[in-house]
Amino acid sequence: MNVNKLIATLAAIVKLWLFFAGAAGLLGACSCFSDTLLAQGKLNVMTTTEDLASIGREVAGDRATIDFIARGYQDPHFVEAKPSFILKLQRADLLVIVGRELEIGWLPPLIQQSRNGKIQVGADGYLDASLHARILDIPQGQITRAMGDVHPLGNPHYWLDPENGKIIARDIADKLSQFRPADRAAFQQRLSDFTGRLDAAEKRWLAALAPYKGTKVVTYHQSYSNFADRFGLQVIGYVEPRPGIPPTPQHTLDVINEMKRQAVKLVLVEPYFDLKTPNAIARETGAQVLVMPPSVGGVKDVPDYFKLFDYDTTLLIDAIKKAGAGR
Amino acid sequence: MRTIAALAVTAGLALVPSTGLAQDTPQTLRQDIDQLRREFETLKQQYGDRLAALEAKLAATEATPAPGTPPAAPGTPLVAPPPGTTPAAAPQQPTAPVPPGAEGAGGPSGALPVYGGAASGSKIFNPDIAVIGDFLGAAGRNLANPDPALEMHESEAAFQAVVDPYARADFFISFGEEGVDLEEGFVTFTSLPGGLLTKVGKMRAAFGKVNTLHNHVLPWADRPLVTRNLVGGEDGISDAGISVARLIPNRWIFLEATGQVFRGDSDALFRSATRGDVSMVGHLRGYQDLTESSNIDLGFSVARGHNDDSVGNDQLVGHFTTQLYGIDATLRWRPLRRSIYRSFVGRSEIVWSRRGQSSGLQAANGYYVSGDYQFGRRWFAGARVDRSHRASDASLLDNGGSIMLTYWPSEFSQVRGQYRRTNYADGPSANELLFQIQFSIGAHGAHPF
Repeated sequence: MNVNKLIATLAAIVKLWLFFAGAAGLLGACSCFSDTLLAQGKLNVMTTTEDLASIGREVAGDRATIDFIARGYQDPHFVEAKPSFILKLQRADLLVIVGRELEIGWLPPLIQQSRNGKIQVGADGYLDASLHARILDIPQGQITRAMGDVHPLGNPHYWLDPENGKIIARDIADKLSQFRPADRAAFQQRLSDFTGRLDAAEKRWLAALAPYKGTKVVTYHQSYSNFADRFGLQVIGYVEPRPGIPPTPQHTLDVINEMKRQAVKLVLVEPYFDLKTPNAIARETGAQVLVMPPSVGGVKDVPDYFKLFDYDTTLLIDAIKKAGAGR
Repeated sequence: MRTIAALAVTAGLALVPSTGLAQDTPQTLRQDIDQLRREFETLKQQYGDRLAALEAKLAATEATPAPGTPPAAPGTPLVAPPPGTTPAAAPQQPTAPVPPGAEGAGGPSGALPVYGGAASGSKIFNPDIAVIGDFLGAAGRNLANPDPALEMHESEAAFQAVVDPYARADFFISFGEEGVDLEEGFVTFTSLPGGLLTKVGKMRAAFGKVNTLHNHVLPWADRPLVTRNLVGGEDGISDAGISVARLIPNRWIFLEATGQVFRGDSDALFRSATRGDVSMVGHLRGYQDLTESSNIDLGFSVARGHNDDSVGNDQLVGHFTTQLYGIDATLRWRPLRRSIYRSFVGRSEIVWSRRGQSSGLQAANGYYVSGDYQFGRRWFAGARVDRSHRASDASLLDNGGSIMLTYWPSEFSQVRGQYRRTNYADGPSANELLFQIQFSIGAHGAHPF
């Protein structure tokens, strides 16, 4: 290497260093400023779904700002990893996720690009809400993708059981208390208030649905296992032949035959699925198709966790009464 | 143990007067005590043995370590396990029985240890592993750039895991039919101060959009002409180096600046003759949600490195550089309520190349414009227009176009047909039909965005 070449190389390295250092230094000033603001202000909580945001707001009150990623009316398995979510995650003190691999297709790249050490997997600000909840449909034996897009860790739609709602709330309250020990009593107070109201409401929902216990239904996706388990519905089949696999003519025919055999008069469909196949099934069997939101925000009239069950139970009871399809 | 023995002796002493006679001498009393002690020792021995046998049985039937001592049967005196059995109650190596027929026939006897059982702790930390197969078929005539009729184009193995609280690592090893290539292998420091997202390793450079994408997430069976002619062909700018990306805070849009330094070897595009011949890539990305269903993504890229002109001529080695400038734009539409059934992605990249050569500076440019519409849960249709000069001879201009139809049997496999027409500047035009099947096994990867 001749002298000129050496000088050129050194110059290149120095320029490069200046570029990075300059960029970091100039822009660092802004972030330091915002960091200090955050440390003294409200807790900044992000959740992956509207359900978790609703429960979180019950517990946190005005001591935290809570925002979410997936809207209630979109399929939570297929959310786009938009850079605008990176900006939201970058500022979060706490990230609450549904877990059980519901968000596996879109959350990991968002967390990775968030540049936020607080919410990385396993960090203090990363809360998997499923850890203490009662999880159904955990597959037994060998699991392969021949079973569709199966969730090996169990059904991630577990928030559709108010009992799990209480567990989620308790976990969030504990986490918030860990971040703001001074507010522990306030969080516990709000938690017991929420649990009390949910207990009362659950009694009401259970009583309303009690006369129709054992009602048989078909659902589009396996979203309502926890709901059916809690409120005494019997799910006898799915419009999807396998989780995540669109309906096939043969499977649709099988579903129709089974519904006729067992006199099933209800087909429950999540708002984000196409109604073509459910409507065809309904025409053949005389059943009703109910677009039943599995999430807060799934339809306009469901702005919070309580309204979700209010809406779904009313929807079901009205439909059962109308069809005379009690059993 | 001693307490229990003492209790038993005391009980024995208490019992003796009621059963014994008034004329009992201290001598007989001592004999009785000795007798009781012997009986107690025998009993203790018996229960100890039975407990040990039970524990061995438990350990053999369960892959998980045996729990504590099994509860004593009702009605039996409470006896703590003898000291010899205590280690058995501690977590131990899982065991399995010897297969029938093997025992006694020269084979081992007793319980066999199980290595690498499902409960083995080391497996928990294994990285997520996935393998993606990409099979490519081609029909029709192409004299300029013939692909094989049938080809297992690529088998990509991905290994991804968190390294420690500060970093994660991603490896993508690409197996062709004949060779193995490290497509990418890098560590990402996720939580550096100052919001710097830093990658170190071999990676696809952040030049435009297509250059960053792996084959299996492309909306086409091939790569655009402009990539082949100006941006390093199929492998693109992919090299060992350091990448630093930072979000630029502002109140309007998502803005990210990326700076990368590489060794300077990227296929035919960049070639380093000395350590000083590093190549550099810079990228500025702006993103904005237009509505909840649509968004726009704009990027400006620049790359500079030494090229391979005059390799073999010692006087001029490293003398010539190539500079690339690029603009990329992506428009996405996906209605949230029907996100799994309908979507549209329109994308375009324009690249300018200034390649120094002994024959003079070659100023070339090229672009592609492409659109993909999803019209069913499993169906996508697309079209692409291509046009590009050649990097080393800007007087040659190739152009072409493609239409695509893609079918997804599931999230984990994909079938694609593509009709492609290419008009080469220096040869006959090519009309080809490309056919592609992709399939993935293993860990569920992230959906591309």
